[in-house]
Amino acid sequence: MEKTSTVCPFCGCGCNFYLVTDKGRLTGVEPSPQNPVNKGMLCAKGWNSYEFVQSPDRLTTPLVRKNGELAQSTWDEALQIVTAKLLEIREQQGPSALAFLSSAKVTNEENYLFQKMARAVFGTNNVDHCARL
Amino acid sequence: MTNSINEFEDADLFFVTGTNTTAQHPLIGSRMINAVQQGAKLILVDPREIQLAGFATLHLRQNIGTDVAVMNGIMQVIIEEALYDREFVEKRTEGFEELKSVVSRYTPRVVEQITGIKAADIVAAARLYAEADKAMIVYAMGITQHVTGTDNVKTCANLAMLTGHVGRPGTGVNPLRGQNNVQGACDMGALPVVYTGYQKVIDPAVKTKFEQAWQVEGLDDKAGLTITSMMAAAQRGDLKALYIMGENPLMSDPDTRHIELALSNLDFLVVQDIFLTETASLADVVLPAASFAEKSGTYTNTERRVQISHKAVEPPGQARADWEIIQEVCRRAGYPMDYRSPDDILQEINRVTPSYAGITLDRVEKEFGLQWPCPNEDHPGTAYLHKDKFTKGLGTFLPCDFKPLAEVPDEEYDFILTTGRVYYQYHTGTMSRRIELLEREAPEAVVEVNPDDARRLGIRNNDRVELSSRRGTITLKAEITQRVPHKVVFSTFHFREAQVNLLTNPAHDPVSGIPEYKGCAVKIRRCA
Ligand code: SF4
Repeated sequence: MEKTSTVCPFCGCGCNFYLVTDKGRLTGVEPSPQNPVNKGMLCAKGWNSYEFVQSPDRLTTPLVRKNGELAQSTWDEALQIVTAKLLEIREQQGPSALAFLSSAKVTNEENYLFQKMARAVFGTNNVDHCARL
Repeated sequence: MTNSINEFEDADLFFVTGTNTTAQHPLIGSRMINAVQQGAKLILVDPREIQLAGFATLHLRQNIGTDVAVMNGIMQVIIEEALYDREFVEKRTEGFEELKSVVSRYTPRVVEQITGIKAADIVAAARLYAEADKAMIVYAMGITQHVTGTDNVKTCANLAMLTGHVGRPGTGVNPLRGQNNVQGACDMGALPVVYTGYQKVIDPAVKTKFEQAWQVEGLDDKAGLTITSMMAAAQRGDLKALYIMGENPLMSDPDTRHIELALSNLDFLVVQDIFLTETASLADVVLPAASFAEKSGTYTNTERRVQISHKAVEPPGQARADWEIIQEVCRRAGYPMDYRSPDDILQEINRVTPSYAGITLDRVEKEFGLQWPCPNEDHPGTAYLHKDKFTKGLGTFLPCDFKPLAEVPDEEYDFILTTGRVYYQYHTGTMSRRIELLEREAPEAVVEVNPDDARRLGIRNNDRVELSSRRGTITLKAEITQRVPHKVVFSTFHFREAQVNLLTNPAHDPVSGIPEYKGCAVKIRRCA
């Protein structure tokens, strides 16, 4: 059994807990007693937060729409389509025809990189997220 | 938040409005309840009889959308009775005369007429708040999700400054952020008008700084589109492509039918997520991402504390961390990137963001996170803001007048629908509905109806009812409860089977762009 320190993926309180793993599978949650935010307590969402991670519904391959349907694809094909399309639209319509929606659920580093991509790579300030919710 | 979660323990009074804290921020909710049980006072301003009402010294149930009038009324009494902090107002603020002249019109009698709160209760709340030594204002989306959201926020700040309840421990204006990294997304510049640390895109010096840091020329120096404007631009055909990471606007945005039209009108939609959400089902390309448990990185909580989360397990199948996917897209688009780990990215954030300059991986590991601003590696971080002065020097009172909801009830749509969340579910349900215990406790959408209204409409507990606005109709189960006042119904946006955002009004605050989720006109009837 191993324990890894993580931050709860739900609300903005930012409670800390250890994810407990056994042979690479998540088996439970243990709150972090020393952490100043939650001091060893969690709510029902935090206690059960590992469950959705191992849901059978998780996406496991890139999907690409073919003949109207989303079909399994490879990273190479999916990323090739994404970059080609975004560059083509920027070329033809200008950068303001592109927009980027970032996430209040991913890390700071990922939010940073996402807005850097919108601004430095594709040339637009059309970048926002759902803070409004 | 201007202040910190631990300070909830030493405050003497909480002024809580527009947050159902025990449901949405349970750990902060329990901090408040503990403090109240130790003798702190609680003024709750909320139309619904939420769990905190049971602990409130005073519960003011305002008519929906009248928050500015409530707080102006409280300030009128505070000024009239000379209960304000004269020294603080003189030394640290400007614009007091303007504030005084605006709020003078909001006498308790006038406010009673607008808000439905008894004049005597306005007076009592004013005295309690002003006379407390350490008073914290705590709010959430009930304040911001209105066409007057910016006015509501300004009015909270006016109230705190008037009484000197800011810049000390156990005081301040404390918005509770709904998702685990909303604060971080804003801090990192996932906003159309700013780079990291709120550095403005229209400022030429900032533009040059980022052009150098990122080794590019000609960064866009005009404000970009907000999410609301993006959807409108897509519908007009001006916006051609949208790249969405980890969001589900098809469930979360108001007037869903228009969002669907907007997304279908795009030439190209990419969605990067951990599940095939309602939004992802419309995409041209879907990229599988790693969840929080499968990657490392930092998150910033509602008290501005940057904390590290580590990778516990491998992502399923071919799923990859969001940062790796973004890096790959950038490379293929011809921009060189070579980050080997999230820490490489954090080091770049430290370099370009003054308020995060001292927040290094080493320190967040050792110190249980750090609260920004933290301008250098020796700085201890900042537990509370505005200690000796405000960011811009003096704090300016920005008085606002009361303005009604964008859509008020009429003869046909005679109820107000207000929306929110419940304890056992979260947001659009993408994660929480895949947790057995949560799904068992809160398995389906429910609309709360007041008993008197229910009797008049012939609705019994658990009946199926039809709820309609000018934008759409949903059917769901009725719960007859005193929790909601007359002529108000409440529901949540967790359930795809009854998407409440088909009904909500996309009218939004002109400054923040936040839609008015907290009040629109609806009608309700029992299903035949
Ligand atoms: S455990 Fe509960 S209170 Fe703590 S961050 Fe998670 S959802 Fe919020």
